[in-house]
Amino acid sequence: MATTISRIHRRDIIKSVLIVLPSIILIGIFVYGFIGNTIYTSLTDWGESAGLALHPVKHFVGLNNYKKLFTDIIQNRFRQDLVNMVFYSIFLLTGTLSLGLFLAVLLDRSVKYEGFFRTVFLYPMSLSFIVTGTIWRWLLAPSGGVNLIPEIFGLPRGKFLWISNRQTILIFNWQNVLTILLVPFTLLMIYLLIKNFIKADIKKGIIYSIAAFFFLLYIFVLRNILPPVLPYKEPHGFKLATIGIIIAAVWQYSGYTMALYLAGLRGLPASIREASKIDGATEFQYYLKIAIPNIRPITLSAVIILSHISLKLFDLIYAMAGADNINTGHPSINMYLTTFRANQFAMGAAMAVVLFIIAALFIIPYMVHSHKERKSG
Amino acid sequence: MKRFNKILLLAVVSAFVVTGTAVFANGTQEKTSAAKAETTKANIQRVVLNNNKPGGDLEIFSWWAGDEGPALAALIKVFKKHYPNVNVINATITGGSGVNAKAVLKTRMLGGAPPDSFQVHAGQELIGTWVIANRMVDLTPLFKQQGWMKVFPKDLLNLIGTKDGIWSVPVNIHRSNVMWYVPDNLKKWGVTVPKTWDEFFKEADKLQAKGIVPLALAQAWTVNHLWESVALGVLGADNYEALWKGNLSWTDPKVVKVWETMDRILKYTNKDAASLSWQQATDMVVKGKAAFNIMGDWASGYMSTTLKLTPKKDYGWAPSPGTSGNFIFLADSFGLPVGAKNPDATVAWLKVCGSKEGQDAFNPLKGSISARTDSDLSLYNVYSKSAAKDWASNRIVGSLTHGVVANEGFMNDFSSVMEMFLNNRNAQQAANACQAIAIQNGIGK
Repeated sequence: MATTISRIHRRDIIKSVLIVLPSIILIGIFVYGFIGNTIYTSLTDWGESAGLALHPVKHFVGLNNYKKLFTDIIQNRFRQDLVNMVFYSIFLLTGTLSLGLFLAVLLDRSVKYEGFFRTVFLYPMSLSFIVTGTIWRWLLAPSGGVNLIPEIFGLPRGKFLWISNRQTILIFNWQNVLTILLVPFTLLMIYLLIKNFIKADIKKGIIYSIAAFFFLLYIFVLRNILPPVLPYKEPHGFKLATIGIIIAAVWQYSGYTMALYLAGLRGLPASIREASKIDGATEFQYYLKIAIPNIRPITLSAVIILSHISLKLFDLIYAMAGADNINTGHPSINMYLTTFRANQFAMGAAMAVVLFIIAALFIIPYMVHSHKERKSG
Repeated sequence: MKRFNKILLLAVVSAFVVTGTAVFANGTQEKTSAAKAETTKANIQRVVLNNNKPGGDLEIFSWWAGDEGPALAALIKVFKKHYPNVNVINATITGGSGVNAKAVLKTRMLGGAPPDSFQVHAGQELIGTWVIANRMVDLTPLFKQQGWMKVFPKDLLNLIGTKDGIWSVPVNIHRSNVMWYVPDNLKKWGVTVPKTWDEFFKEADKLQAKGIVPLALAQAWTVNHLWESVALGVLGADNYEALWKGNLSWTDPKVVKVWETMDRILKYTNKDAASLSWQQATDMVVKGKAAFNIMGDWASGYMSTTLKLTPKKDYGWAPSPGTSGNFIFLADSFGLPVGAKNPDATVAWLKVCGSKEGQDAFNPLKGSISARTDSDLSLYNVYSKSAAKDWASNRIVGSLTHGVVANEGFMNDFSSVMEMFLNNRNAQQAANACQAIAIQNGIGK
């Protein structure tokens, strides 16, 4: 009896393996195999000369391309692109999340014609980025569109150069980039440290205190001893020209976060709201203290989806500002130009790998987290 | 058990990545040794001329759709008249100055399926990408047979060839260093056409006091386009050429002066340049908002055909300041790629491209002039006649922005340097960066 069961079980296993095998092989070759190929290409000098020969000559050069990306004077543009990408991500996330939540709360209060408004707010998402980009390029033209709005009220015409702006604010020196990146982490560690010691979770507290110690060690001691990341000062900062792109992206995606949040808010049982009302909570308190903490998983998935959109922002910028506008630049555009216009395939591959690693830093913790949750739930 | 699953998954994924790397790495290593042998032999393929009657299919790859479509159709018509047995496949991919077509061409060439002939900017854009990769056939015998060594200007042949050969047949010529204006407006404002940049600055102050933009400018590439005119004006033709041959350093004070002049000029341009197309910059001149515009002579085609203006009466032109007697050219051309399926038909096509009949059918419609010095001028409009006269008599130098003097790597990096310069206006830094990219792309020393 036991042997037949195990035989059936084994047959099931074989069947299921056979069913998933083709997709494993295809994904293995066309996703992971090509990731491997890109990584290999990034370690060569393909494109230095005669990159397009029938059998291009490639030499293995180790991490040379990566070194160039972060230290070479010519790759100044790439570093500014990375800074831009950080700002794109921050503003796209805060913009779409807050606006989406606001719209969702408005619709949650059972307004008339809710279906109509929902469609209106969600509609921009059905457009492609190229269409959005073209529309917004017209709207943000210096002598038209948005800049004409003040005229309606009898005020002088707006003069702000949206996409062709050359101003930079929040300027910092690239030599200090590690410190600037580490400061928020250090503060976070110290916060967690204090929190865990109050909770008397000594084990976690020690881990955080070690991390905080090393960060502080770098910021106050090592930074001054180690050679700087660049031999010269190089200013980077927040380019005002990116504001136009951010507005267009927020316009397109806030409807999407609204839909996510609305689903979350509707998913909360009505009894919670009634109970909070009976306890004397105002509508504002209900959303702030009860509803928003309860839909945290939705915020998390929205953050993941939006942050990887901001890492892949290509078509919107291409349509709005063109490929050569360095002030609205993004590593993905730079990668495309380096590879397919300048024929520097290895350097382009190195940029792609840097982008890939940054994306992985977002996605992998999320996957681990949701995997754990699924198991425990 | 669960832990085991996780480890197994991780192992499978990393195995794929590693084998992906390893397989390609092995493949390329083998190829590397093969390619080395090939390059040391340096076997340049030369075109074989024979008396075969061409037939079969001929695929012509270009980005001439839309406005330029009729001109290409006229050229193909001439070809059909002489070679009725060849079936022409007109493969066009739209997109200004070939952005999309070039990307498609690269994938086709890498995949080993080249078209029979493809449109390409003559000069380093072709040489730096395809000739050094050994993908083009030397056309020198064809040039000799057809007598083109005499009818094409010598400067042109030097710029589109290397010491190993001539690589493509130029079909048309455009001029880059032209300054456009409206004669009546200049009279009204009391301004004369400046011959040098110093004269320009004097006139520009007058214009600015009147609230008129002295020089209309548009998006990124038009700034590069302006730069080459400024560089020629400041450096003179000899130094300009020395720059591209690597005989003049980019950090030389003379070259730094180009950037300084550029900085001064930019103060007299419109603030919203980066969001305008080149047509909009030309419109500013036509509408009287700006006095001058430096743009290639496709602007003449735009003003006469699209805006229905009369040349010489409604709009005028002059060489850009400091460049009279010099002609910055750019040309579209066709070549014969190695491994083309039907070389006989391609050679026939190239013969038509370079012929007087073909060029005079194509160019009046395209708004460009013939690369030949013996073309029938009665077929061309007033502007083209004057350009053709200059073409036959002027010193000819190549354009940077349109692919004659520098390879695609340099052109791409130069756009970044220019944007950096527009942001910080630091002439010395721009010169240093140019030196760096020139070395990286094999131009400087």
